[in-house]
Amino acid sequence: MAIDIGQFVQTFFEESLEGLDIMEAGLLALPPGAADLEQINTIFRAAHSIKGGSGTFGFKEVTDFTHVMETLLDKMREGQLAVTGEAVNSLLESVDCLREMLMAVRQNTDIDNARVGDLQGRLTQLLERKGAASGTADATGHRGPVASQPLPPAGGWLIGFRPHLDLMHRGNDPVRIFRELAALGDLTVRPDFSRLPRLAEMQPEDCYLAWELELRGDAGHEAVTEVFAWVEDDCDLSIEALVETIVPPATGKTAAEEPGQGELLLERRGGDRRKSDRRGSGAAADGGSIRVGIDKVDAVINLVGELVTTQSMLSALGVDFDMDRIDKLHEALDQLDRNTRDLQEHVMRIRMLPVSSVFSRFPRMVHDISEKLGKRVELQISGEQTEIDKTVIEKIGDPLIHLVRNSLDHGIEPPGERGTKPQTGIITLNAYHKSGSIFIEVGDDGRGLDRDALRRKGLDSGLLRPGEEYSDEQIHELIFHPGLSTAKQISDVSGRGVGMDVVRRNIQDVGGNIQIASQPGRGSMITICLPLTLAILDGQLVSVGQDCYIIPLLSIVESVQIRAEAINRMAGKCEVLRFRGQHLPILRLYELFGAEDAVTDLEKGLLVVVEADGRQVGLFVDDLQGQQQVSIKSLEKNFRRVSGVAGATILGDGRVGLILDISGLIRVNNAAM
Amino acid sequence: MATKTTELATVGTHLKREATTAEGLQYLTFTLAGESYGIDILQVQEIRGWVPVTKVPNAPSFVRGVMNLRGAIVPVIDLRLRFGLESVEYTKTTVVIVVTVRSEQGGRIVGMVVDGVSDVLNINNAADIKDPPDFGTAVNTEFISGLVTIEAEMVMLLDVDRLLSIEEMFAMESIRGVDAARATA
Repeated sequence: MAIDIGQFVQTFFEESLEGLDIMEAGLLALPPGAADLEQINTIFRAAHSIKGGSGTFGFKEVTDFTHVMETLLDKMREGQLAVTGEAVNSLLESVDCLREMLMAVRQNTDIDNARVGDLQGRLTQLLERKGAASGTADATGHRGPVASQPLPPAGGWLIGFRPHLDLMHRGNDPVRIFRELAALGDLTVRPDFSRLPRLAEMQPEDCYLAWELELRGDAGHEAVTEVFAWVEDDCDLSIEALVETIVPPATGKTAAEEPGQGELLLERRGGDRRKSDRRGSGAAADGGSIRVGIDKVDAVINLVGELVTTQSMLSALGVDFDMDRIDKLHEALDQLDRNTRDLQEHVMRIRMLPVSSVFSRFPRMVHDISEKLGKRVELQISGEQTEIDKTVIEKIGDPLIHLVRNSLDHGIEPPGERGTKPQTGIITLNAYHKSGSIFIEVGDDGRGLDRDALRRKGLDSGLLRPGEEYSDEQIHELIFHPGLSTAKQISDVSGRGVGMDVVRRNIQDVGGNIQIASQPGRGSMITICLPLTLAILDGQLVSVGQDCYIIPLLSIVESVQIRAEAINRMAGKCEVLRFRGQHLPILRLYELFGAEDAVTDLEKGLLVVVEADGRQVGLFVDDLQGQQQVSIKSLEKNFRRVSGVAGATILGDGRVGLILDISGLIRVNNAAM
Repeated sequence: MATKTTELATVGTHLKREATTAEGLQYLTFTLAGESYGIDILQVQEIRGWVPVTKVPNAPSFVRGVMNLRGAIVPVIDLRLRFGLESVEYTKTTVVIVVTVRSEQGGRIVGMVVDGVSDVLNINNAADIKDPPDFGTAVNTEFISGLVTIEAEMVMLLDVDRLLSIEEMFAMESIRGVDAARATA
C-alpha cells in the first residue's frame, strides 16, 4: 500500500490557501455580537479541513495551531463564547499566521514559533475566559440549574491524550501519567480503541490507545501540563477547561470527538513518512496551476470533437478531388475556420479566472487600514465574477492595492470632516466587460483630488507652464508623474509620491491603460482598462520592404497618405507632419529597423498614426496588409528583448512576424530627439 | 523543401540515437570557410535547410534573424559572421544546425548557419583531444574546447554554450560593431 501522498501536497496547499481565504471572508462578514451560525459553520469547516489535511501530511505545527482555532470556533458555534471584536481580530491574525506557516512549510523554511506561540496563547486565553463567561450565562440561562464552581478552570480539565505509536519506545508509560494525574484530583479515564488494528497487524511495542481524561478538582493548568512534560513531543495533547459537564451531553460529545477523529485518521497515515513528505513538497516547486471548471474542459472537448469531424470531412474530400467539389471544399474550410476560432476562444477561457481572486483580499485590507487610520469605511464590491486572464490577474494585484490604499488614506475623510455626506465613507470596486476589454473601477466618495495643490506641484516641478490654462484631465494626469504627492503627511500607508507612476507602468506592461476622474468634495474614480488576454491580440499587418510587421490594432488611430508640402523638418533632421492642427513626428520604420528595398518617398507610402502614453506619432510604412488575430510568442525565450518590439508571432505563411511595441518606439524616438 | 527538412531532421535523430549507444564521444563536424569544426552531437537538435528568416532590428550583424521552429521563435546566427569571416551567398546546400545552448537560465534553442555538414566524428579516446594552442585563427580560442586531428585534417571542437551565450554575443557586438561598420563602408 505504498501510495505516495507527496503528490497531493501541492493540492493540499492550494486548498488550504483557499480555505484560509474562506475563513478570512467569513470572519470579516461576521457581525460582532450576533453569532451567525451559518457563517461560523463555514469558517469552522474550512479550519477543520486544513487541520485534517495538515495532519495527513504531517505538518504538526499547523495541525496543532488549527486545532486551537477550531476549538475556539466550535465554542462560538455552540454559543458558549461570544463573538467579540477581539475574538474576531485574534482569529484574523491567526489566519494570517496560518498562511505564513503554510508558506514556511511549503518553502521548507522555519516557522516563526514565537508568533505562533503568542497567538496560540491568546486564543487559549480567550478559550479560558469563556469558562467564566459561560458560567454567568448558566446562572441566568437555561443550560444548567447550578452555577459551576467559581474556580478558574471551572471545575477541572478535560484532557485529550493521544500518544503517538512510538510513545512506549521511549520508556514512557501512560499508566504512570494517569497515576500522577489521579494524585491531583478526581480522575476518570475513558480509553479510545478506534486506532486498534487487527490482531495480526498489531505491533506489541506500539501504543494504539488514546484516552480522554476528566480531571475534577482545583489543580492548575500548569500542574496538569507538568505531568505530560515528558511525553509532550510524543503525543497529541489537548487540555481544556471542563465545561462539557454542564452542557447537554449531545453537544459536549461533538465538541470532543469531531476533532479527535480527524486526528486519528491522520495519525495512522502520517507516521514515519512525515520527513520525506516535507522534502517532497519543497522540491515540487510552485509550477503555477489553475483550477478549471469541468464545464470549460467539456466545452473544449466538444470543440475538439467537431474539429475531428471537419478534419475527416476534409481528408475525404482530398482523396479524389475534382473541381466539381470546390464548393464542398470551401464549406469545409469555413467550418474549419469556425472550429479553430471557437477552440481558440475556449482554450483561452481556461486561463481565465474570476477577478474575485484579487478582490477578495480587499475587505480585509480595508478593515485593517481603516481601523488604523480611525476612519469609517465601507467597501462595496461588484462584478467579482468577471473573468480575466491569469497573467493579467497576477499583475494587477499590486496596482489595485495601491489604488485602494490611496482612496483610504487620501480620499476618504476622517469622521467629522465629511460634512453632509454620511459619516461612513464608501469605497467601490467594480469589474465589467466592455467591447473586448475588461474595466476595473476603484472609486471613493471622499474629498477628491486637490486640483489647486496638484497645479501648484505641477508648476513647482516645471511640468506645467505658468499662465496657461489646463483642463481637469491634464491636471489629474499629473498624479501619474513620479515624485509628485499632494499628501501633506507621509504615512506608512501611502503618500511618498512613488506609486501612481509605478501603478501606471504596471498597468501598461499588461497592455492596459488607466484614467482618473475626480470631483472636489464628491470623490474620485479610477478606471483601469485591460485587454482580455495577453496571449492574443488583434493586429494590423504592415509591410516595410520585404518585411512584415504587426501593429496592435488598439494603438492605431488612423492611416493617412501624406502630401510633401505638409511636412516640416525640425532641426534639420526630425520630420513632422502638420496634421489636424498638431505636429506629428514621423518615424520611418525602415530606417529604425534597417529594412531593405523599402519605399523611401513619403508620398508613395502610408503613415499609420499610432498612440501610446497619450502621445501620437506617425509610423511610415510601405503599405497596409490584412488585419488578423495573432498569438504573441516570446522573443526572449531563445533570444533577448529587442527594443521597439513587443514580441513575435507566426504568420499565415509560416514565417515569423514581429509585433511592434508602440510605447517603446515612442520612447526610443524621444530619446533620439 | 518540407520533405528535405524532414529527411534532415530524421538524420539528426538517428545520429542522436547512435551517440547515446556508442562508447566515447561523438561530434557532428561541419565546414566553415574551408576549416572543419565539431560540436557535441548531444547538443544538436536537428539539421535544416536554409529558409529566409525574419530580420530583427538592432541586433548584431551575425544574427540573421528569427525563424519559426514549430511555433517557437528561434534566432539564427551566421557562424561566418560570428567569427568575423567573409560572408557568402546562401545556396541550396547551406544548412542550419539547430542546437541547444545550455545556460544557467535553462536551455535556449539557436540556429547556426554553416557552409555544410560533413560527418559524425567518433572519439573513443578522450586523450585524442588536444588543448587548443594559442594560434592566430579568426576564431577566438576561448570558444574552442579542443582539437582533434583526423588523417592530417584538424577539427576544432566548439564550445557552443559559450560561443552562443547571450552575454558573449552582445559583448562581441560592441567591439565588432566598429569593424563591421568599417567593412561595409
